[in-house]
Amino acid sequence: MTSSEPPSPSVDWAALRNSQPRFSGMESGHGACQGCGQALATRLVLEAAGPDVIVANATGCLEIFTTPWPQSAWTVPWIHSLFENAAAVAAGIEVALRAQGRKTRVLAFAGDGGTFDIGFQALSGMLERNHDVLFVCFDNEAYMNTGIQRSGSTPHGAWTNTSPAGKVRQGKRHFKKDLLAIIAAHGIPYAATASVAYPSDLRTKVRRGLDIEGPSFLLVHSPCPLGWGHDSALTVAVDRLAVETGLFPVLEMERGHVVETMKIRNPRPVREYLELQIRFQHLLGDSPEAREEREHLQALADANIERYGLRAEAPGPRDSEGADTVRRGGSRWG
Amino acid sequence: MREALEGSQAIARAVALCRPQVVAAYPITPQTHIVEGLARLIADGLLAAELVSVESEFSAASVVLGAAAAGSRSYTASASQGILLMSEVLYNISGLRIPVVLTCANRAVSSPVSIWNDHQDSMAVRDSGWIQLYCADNQEAVDTTIQAFRISERTELPVMVCMDGFTLTHTLEPIDLPEAAQVDAFLPPFHFSRTLSSVAPLSQGTLVSPEFFTEMRYLQHRAFDAAEREILETDRDWGHLVGRECGGLLHVEGDREAPVGILAMGSVYGTLKDAHQAGLLGRHVRLLRLRSFRPFPAEAIRRACTGLADLLVLDRALSPGSGGIVAHEIRSALYGVPGAPRVANVVVGLGGRNVPDGIFREMLDSLEKNPPAFSFFDLDPRKLPDPGPDASAPSGSLFSPR
Repeated sequence: MTSSEPPSPSVDWAALRNSQPRFSGMESGHGACQGCGQALATRLVLEAAGPDVIVANATGCLEIFTTPWPQSAWTVPWIHSLFENAAAVAAGIEVALRAQGRKTRVLAFAGDGGTFDIGFQALSGMLERNHDVLFVCFDNEAYMNTGIQRSGSTPHGAWTNTSPAGKVRQGKRHFKKDLLAIIAAHGIPYAATASVAYPSDLRTKVRRGLDIEGPSFLLVHSPCPLGWGHDSALTVAVDRLAVETGLFPVLEMERGHVVETMKIRNPRPVREYLELQIRFQHLLGDSPEAREEREHLQALADANIERYGLRAEAPGPRDSEGADTVRRGGSRWG
Repeated sequence: MREALEGSQAIARAVALCRPQVVAAYPITPQTHIVEGLARLIADGLLAAELVSVESEFSAASVVLGAAAAGSRSYTASASQGILLMSEVLYNISGLRIPVVLTCANRAVSSPVSIWNDHQDSMAVRDSGWIQLYCADNQEAVDTTIQAFRISERTELPVMVCMDGFTLTHTLEPIDLPEAAQVDAFLPPFHFSRTLSSVAPLSQGTLVSPEFFTEMRYLQHRAFDAAEREILETDRDWGHLVGRECGGLLHVEGDREAPVGILAMGSVYGTLKDAHQAGLLGRHVRLLRLRSFRPFPAEAIRRACTGLADLLVLDRALSPGSGGIVAHEIRSALYGVPGAPRVANVVVGLGGRNVPDGIFREMLDSLEKNPPAFSFFDLDPRKLPDPGPDASAPSGSLFSPR
């Protein structure tokens, strides 16, 4: 059924869907923190990807909390080599499968450190060589596994242990790297961003990335309660605000061009997002420095909304429940 | 059939005979001709393999890691800085027990930058858990390359075939390439016991706590014991097939009863052998060629040294602040052995400095003058900023201007 056709009234679609067990590529019982955005995102990615995949995993929390020998949470074939080579290992797996005529799909998983920073060269090479790999970056905006240090993905103004807020510094001095623009410059068939707050959208993008031949890239915003300093029950709420403020634009790209965006009907002030997180607490006061940085972050969010045309006025036909300010929030029939 | 082939071209042909499915490499002198040769074989349809021209040696090693783990025979080649850039992955490949073959076109390591040959690169990764086989000539490099795939796949340890950059890689020699049918009979199709497969999912490269780490390292170490047997057996089988062996772990020849011996690795051994055959050594000398540096065949070395009063060990790499590297391990193997020879260690031929066939006699002469435990044998004090002390100190240099 396509999204243009309304669901048949004779079928209770919700009941039907709820009766279908979802594929679980990463089982419960692992050691992630409560409210871990990465664990949630990984589960969603593998639900959509299904069992016929091979995962190359970069070093990081995900590798640590899922595989304390002799245990493993993975029900799909999984290999962890090093921090900076997930894309290259995935590329090797992909060419081997091609040489053998096997159709299994290849996924590479990395955090923002293993994508924006130390793993960037291998990622760029993999994209340039056109390997049929879906690279998923779980972006929690700092080196969380080593205890919250700033990365190239850490937002401007955010506190980390290596970008602390003090008397003369207001957190990270530099901007979050515009990785998406760099990915777009590779001209790959498909690139997208997603948020754990919008699971159906995330799953759809995983399927699209896997359906397309050639390299695809998915940046999943994944809150880290420990590193961001938010209530672990608020992971989804915090990430929804990241989208609704415009700080984390959710979109799709084909061959480097934006083809679809998740619209924001009522953009929320950035302050609402900052207030939920200890990493931004130093920006909430009345000092001129705090006010300036707050304005700075609001301007960044506004610029994203303008740049990607995220503003929408009327509800869209594909709006879903819960996602009251976004279009295509849950393309459940798509 | 014997053909006149450049060393690198011969290696490319030998690799192709092993039918790898994946070749990944990044260009570095003096490795380039090997990979160029493979690229041409693929382009001409003579080798059905995926050539992945990666963006760094780090990714070259990572691609072959992934490809072999996914069930394809995989090959890479590098040298010098490339080996060092790979080093993190090299440890990882061995720890994961993934069979891969790598040709190291041995070259010096910067700084000072040098594109010429010594053994500093492979010595820098001697503890990475790779089997290291050193080749004396190009025929041996060809034969060892083919053997390496079988050794690697049977032991689940990666193999580094070390051949001297330029001295071997860029030298034209008559080479006997085996027939494809011979190699096919010798080397069965690739099968990796832990192939990544969605039918039988496995997790590899997991986090190992202190509770299990030592046991994993122990198993890796023990695999090298098995590798000693495998290297010998593979070499014997190869001998039955083509009529020539490569010297197993350690090859002894020359005057086997002589009280003086010289031990060397790599192409300098060829020069030594020529000098011996030409009578340039001026005395009876036992010649020891160490082919396998990892596994280090301590027992074979002890046997080979029986009856020796003096052993001269040539090192083509340096551990600054310590001395030669091979000699340390030889001394360690001989420690406590009754009647073990005195070991004199010389470093020669660093950064491509020529090792002429006349130099061995000078080395042997020096043994009769109570030589230092370690020396730079081909140091030219005249080129030092302050040649005074070095030129006059008898322990500092045995260089004699020629």
